[in-house]
Amino acid sequence: MTDVWLAVLIVGCGAIIFKAAGPVVIGGRELPVRAIQLVGALAPALLAAFVVTGTFSTNQDLTLDARALGLAAAAICIALRAPLLAAVVAAAAVTALTRLL
Amino acid sequence: MRRDQPLARPEGFREGVRASIPLCIAVGAFGISFGVLARANGFGVLAPIVMSLTTFTGASQFATVSILGDGGGLGAAVVAALLLASRYLPIGLTVAPALSGRFHERFVASQLVIDESWAVANRGDGTFHRSTLVGAGLALYLSWFLGTVAGVLGGDFLGDPKDLGLDAAFPALFLVLLVSQLKTRQAVAAAVAGGLIALALTPLTKAGVPIIAASAACLAGWWRR
Repeated sequence: MTDVWLAVLIVGCGAIIFKAAGPVVIGGRELPVRAIQLVGALAPALLAAFVVTGTFSTNQDLTLDARALGLAAAAICIALRAPLLAAVVAAAAVTALTRLL
Repeated sequence: MRRDQPLARPEGFREGVRASIPLCIAVGAFGISFGVLARANGFGVLAPIVMSLTTFTGASQFATVSILGDGGGLGAAVVAALLLASRYLPIGLTVAPALSGRFHERFVASQLVIDESWAVANRGDGTFHRSTLVGAGLALYLSWFLGTVAGVLGGDFLGDPKDLGLDAAFPALFLVLLVSQLKTRQAVAAAVAGGLIALALTPLTKAGVPIIAASAACLAGWWRR
């Protein structure tokens, strides 16, 4: 088997197992209250990490580029209570325009 | 009754599809660029498509084809891709209570969880809506698959998705959903700690580690309750 297909196989199996583990093992069951509190706080922690890495990192470097202005545009949309779509489109548009300049 | 939510969205399969449409455009565009990159890096036609259908997580797939294509070796490619995919362990835990049903139903639904469908189906109080998740996940899966096929076969007609600012669409989505969740001090503490951990580790560790380490931030404020 070539390296390409080995990589497809191993990474594919890994991703499938990582995704399935929680739902297959504890799927549909109510968790204890303390566990719910803990798992509930995972979402804001992960979302904040996605925002930070998606905006300020390129590979392994911290970077400040057009994406930061795009994120600022999204933040303004949020402050104005604009819908999700508006925030996403504004971020892309401002980032694209900044790169053109 | 659910709490008052300034950014509350309707729920259900259709709403999941609808909410993910702008993301489908971005995900489809990155699917195209994944297909183009994979083809250019010697992955052929079939392997990238199989990978998009099975792995279905962009970051891991891009890491695999770039590292192998740059001559980094199988081990390095696999380790990097699996580190990036490991975030689905905590993410899977958060959606697990919402995914009821038989084994195969839970299994199939779990595979439709990616960052974007997870974010769209998040109610903001730590719970998730199953049909919204499945609707968004299926729409995004289809976009990622079709994008990959187009990229592998058609090549470079779109150019770089970054020229359209599409890479900024994802952090914007996550910011919108993050803000809608900051209703308790514990959530704010977790968000601040998670962001700082990710920022601090980015220059120090392999990609993927900052995200998985940030999940430890859910402990912030937890033990005092």
